[in-house]
Amino acid sequence: MIRVRKLVKRFGLKTVLRGLDFDVQQGEFVAVLGPNGAGKTTFLRILASLSRPSLGEVVIAGCRLPAQAVALRARLGVVTHQPLLYGDLTAEENLRFFARLYSLPDPGERIEAVLEQIGLAPRRRDLVRTFSRGMQQRLAIGRAILHDPEVILFDEPHTGLDQNACDMLDQVLRDVAARGRTVVMTSHDLSRVEPLATRFDVLDRGLICASAAPRDLRGNLLDFYREALAK
Amino acid sequence: MEPRPKLLSLLTGLSVLLFLATLAVVFLYAPLEARMNYVQKVFYIHISTAWVGMLGFLAAAAAGVAFLATKNLKWDIVEVAAVEISLVFFFIAIVTGSIWAKPSWGTWWTWDARLTTAAILEMIYLAYLLLRQGIEDPERRARFGAVYTLIGGLSVPVTFLSIRLWQTIHPAIIGTASAQAQGGFAMAPTMLQTMFFALFTFSVIFVTLLWHRVRLGRLAEKVEQRKLQEFK
Amino acid sequence: MTRNRPSPPAARPPSLPPRPRGGFGRAVLAILWKDLAAEMRSRELLSAMLVFALLVILIFNFAIELAPALRSTITPGVLWVTLAFAGTLGLNRSMAVEKDRGCLDGLLLAPVDRSAIFFGKMLANLVFMLLVAAILLPVYSLLYNINLFRPGLLLVILLGSLGYVAVGTLLAGMAVQARTREVLLPILLFPVIVPVLLAAVRASGGFLQSAPFEQILPWLNLLIGYDVIFLAVAYMVFDFIVEE
Repeated sequence: MIRVRKLVKRFGLKTVLRGLDFDVQQGEFVAVLGPNGAGKTTFLRILASLSRPSLGEVVIAGCRLPAQAVALRARLGVVTHQPLLYGDLTAEENLRFFARLYSLPDPGERIEAVLEQIGLAPRRRDLVRTFSRGMQQRLAIGRAILHDPEVILFDEPHTGLDQNACDMLDQVLRDVAARGRTVVMTSHDLSRVEPLATRFDVLDRGLICASAAPRDLRGNLLDFYREALAK
Repeated sequence: MEPRPKLLSLLTGLSVLLFLATLAVVFLYAPLEARMNYVQKVFYIHISTAWVGMLGFLAAAAAGVAFLATKNLKWDIVEVAAVEISLVFFFIAIVTGSIWAKPSWGTWWTWDARLTTAAILEMIYLAYLLLRQGIEDPERRARFGAVYTLIGGLSVPVTFLSIRLWQTIHPAIIGTASAQAQGGFAMAPTMLQTMFFALFTFSVIFVTLLWHRVRLGRLAEKVEQRKLQEFK
Repeated sequence: MTRNRPSPPAARPPSLPPRPRGGFGRAVLAILWKDLAAEMRSRELLSAMLVFALLVILIFNFAIELAPALRSTITPGVLWVTLAFAGTLGLNRSMAVEKDRGCLDGLLLAPVDRSAIFFGKMLANLVFMLLVAAILLPVYSLLYNINLFRPGLLLVILLGSLGYVAVGTLLAGMAVQARTREVLLPILLFPVIVPVLLAAVRASGGFLQSAPFEQILPWLNLLIGYDVIFLAVAYMVFDFIVEE
């Protein structure tokens, strides 16, 4: 589903990603772990077609980046640390706006379903400005899955959420994964991703330095992570 | 520190010699203009700096387009270098123009199309420098700079046209004879020769400075690179 | 590097129906609708622009003598300076809204051409400019007892505002991404907008003084030429200011 070869990203003189290889099969839930400044967000922004690769090959769902970015965007959902929502519109209006941008054939029904799924149906007519951080994040996920994308990217979705909101978020993540969608999520919160992902990749200094499935973790995830970084 | 290229040293020496030679030609060879006497001498400097400055801005816009097409930061260095030098050249052109204007039109400044456009051009490239100053990421800085040189470069001829139009519809504020308002005077052949010589000299000076400035930009980039490596 | 791939889950996703590509006009209208709906709710942008515009006129009233005899010659200048100043407030705000909450990324993630985002934002800014003008004109007419509602003047306002927001939206997009954002926009915008202001002031003056049309026509042509050139350029380069 996702194939990345020798991906290099430079910002001026700084090289953030240095020849990274990355593969994801359809239906996998990959957690990309790594310390701050390892290049996780940059990597995800490239997968999201928000940032152009300096060198290397990125193919997602059969679309080559950056040439076929527009075609890819219709099949891609992205959640970043920012909600990407308009505070002066209601929850429903936000979703309706994005439904128009994505040219959804039957927006009313789909918006209804998504609002139910993220548990915001009762607050649909409230301004997003008045929402708590957790509710905004839920709506952000609603926005990302509105067009039922094949690939969903999450950048640190748990950041800034309380316990309750995190659990809610995990439920949505499980729903998405259960539907056979491909998910890539960056995080530095190991305990949160451990029960969710079907694969753990460690990104450090611009390269994927280790990768393991849950059943291959001999100790626990933390040991694996520390070992990978120590290498 | 890499050694300075031989050709660059040669050009630097040549620029100094040519500049001295130009001064000699302007003051000793070119005839004294009947009406304005010595003040007219400033004309040679004025026309040369203005022309070369104009070409420099065109070069900057071209470098901007080259950057947007290739995303190679070396074009950005060329662009900044061209803008900075042209900015100084244009400033000299505006000041010498004022010196010229005072005795010939009795005022330091007129809202003539060329003068006004020159001033606006100067503002555009000051804005350009301010824009660059406000952006940290070198790649984004280069991109925005290139876009702005492009917009600025395109707006300048339109600005010139619009001010021309304004001038033709409204009579010139100072000086009625339009030929005189354009700064015209009968040019002796020796004056023409002097003008072309000065033009040549300032072109050489421009190229030399541009080279120095591009080299400086490259070296600064290397210093940054070293710093990054040490940091790691 | 070894990589263990778990077998894909049993639940394969249903085959997805072919997705319609987002129409260009549809996306432009969606963004325009979004900006207008949000503005109807908060009225932040319009009220700031309006109050500021009225203040500028008030200041002009004291700064220069808006004597009856001079009004038809000074009015176009006052009008356009006011619109241009108020315009920068609106442009800054309209782009800051997109930038601050990361909404610009949300737009960029949508399967629409980047230029559709530009045109959507630009049209919204144009509507705001025209709304400010629509309130400014009667107020000015009332205060100074001069009739500003002439079809010619309205045409000039439309053409001038169009050129202004075409360049302004593009430059505001750059300015909000800089450290010095609010200060930067007028500095970037005013030197390149000189032809629009000059032509708009002259053409407005021509219509107000009932000058012969042949005298106004070159200014209208200049405005149209500027609008066309800079709409095309902004359309071509907008990609470069949003793409990393």
